[in-house]
Amino acid sequence: MRIVDDMTVSYALLGLLHEADRHGYDLKQSYDRMFGGTRPLRFGQVYRTLSQLQRDGLIAIVGVEAGAGPDRKRYSITAEGVTDLERWLAEPEEPQPQLQTVLFQKVMLALLSGRSAGEYLDAQRGVHLTAMRELTTARRTASLQDGLLIDYQLFHIEADLRWIDHAAGRLDTLAAEIQL
Amino acid sequence: MNEQAPLLIGRGLHKSFGPTLALRGVDLSLAAGEVLAVMGPSGSGKSTLLHCLAGILTPDSGEVTFAGRRIDQLPDRQRSQLRRTAFGFVFQFGQLVPELPVVENIALPLLLTGKKRRVALAAAQDWLQRLGLGDIGQRLPGEISGGQMQRAAIARALICGPSVIFADEPTGSLDSVAADEVMELLIDTAKATGAGAVLVTHEPRVAAYADRQVTVRDGRIAQPATVLGAS
Repeated sequence: MRIVDDMTVSYALLGLLHEADRHGYDLKQSYDRMFGGTRPLRFGQVYRTLSQLQRDGLIAIVGVEAGAGPDRKRYSITAEGVTDLERWLAEPEEPQPQLQTVLFQKVMLALLSGRSAGEYLDAQRGVHLTAMRELTTARRTASLQDGLLIDYQLFHIEADLRWIDHAAGRLDTLAAEIQL
Repeated sequence: MNEQAPLLIGRGLHKSFGPTLALRGVDLSLAAGEVLAVMGPSGSGKSTLLHCLAGILTPDSGEVTFAGRRIDQLPDRQRSQLRRTAFGFVFQFGQLVPELPVVENIALPLLLTGKKRRVALAAAQDWLQRLGLGDIGQRLPGEISGGQMQRAAIARALICGPSVIFADEPTGSLDSVAADEVMELLIDTAKATGAGAVLVTHEPRVAAYADRQVTVRDGRIAQPATVLGAS
């Protein structure tokens, strides 16, 4: 499960550096714990992002310990970095409709080809409900933070389910309209 | 699920209200200790189904068996008796008596079965503590939150040690956070006491707490039940 896309990784690292100065390794650990889900950050991506942030003047190296390797560098957020982070945090994201058009496509194509869209929707509902039940079970033993992420998934699956029920209720009229 | 015969069985249930066919041949069973969610759109017949299974309504045809005994043919008095002792009920609204403090509301089912007032109130007080309502026992229903009201309703449903809890949209009037709290409590207490539950809801998030879900549409079960743990 990946909840943060590549573009937001840099803001996640900025946010973690706003909390405290850190080494690259610390950043990766903190990121994975909080946002990584089942897909932890690769070290390469951490250091690539850090050097980019540094080049843009949003973070700075505040100490280099003896030894070799990027891990020896300690990073800190700059004033410019704080401003950029604040701007990003306050900025609403474009709503991203869950473009699961495949559900819609299957309904339409089933109707067009004279197959049962209702049976497909029933099967899809079953799979969605199973996923919700598993997530609900997982949430009951999850930390508050993990639980909140599971809630996010539950609400989105529920939105799909509402659409499935809505579509199921309109199949007859939809079929008539398509065949005109 | 276990190999034993189901605890509660509905077979070929039909029920009409005037020209409206609410149930058109429903078969459904509940194992002991199982939590079953009955979903479906408004007017699908899911509440009618709950009322038939709980012995509140008599089906026009078909039969309801509880613990091996037909209950749809029992005389009213025996059915009321059964509902008081073997079943517990949680509804969406208006289930607490507004003039009675919360603790007395919870004690009501015990009082109705003839328990001494002192014993009933002590048991109610235990349930209040158990459900985290220890300090609101003396308040009136109008003075507590929706979530607290539903928790009190759960306590009242469980106080007689029922085998089956019937819940009709138990979180219908709550926001999602309070709904989650109420559902966790309902499931935890049902599992802890070994009670099964029939949970009528149109909300997938609520149904997801159940071991199994079925959907009622146009008075029939619309899909085969998905069994917990089946792959």
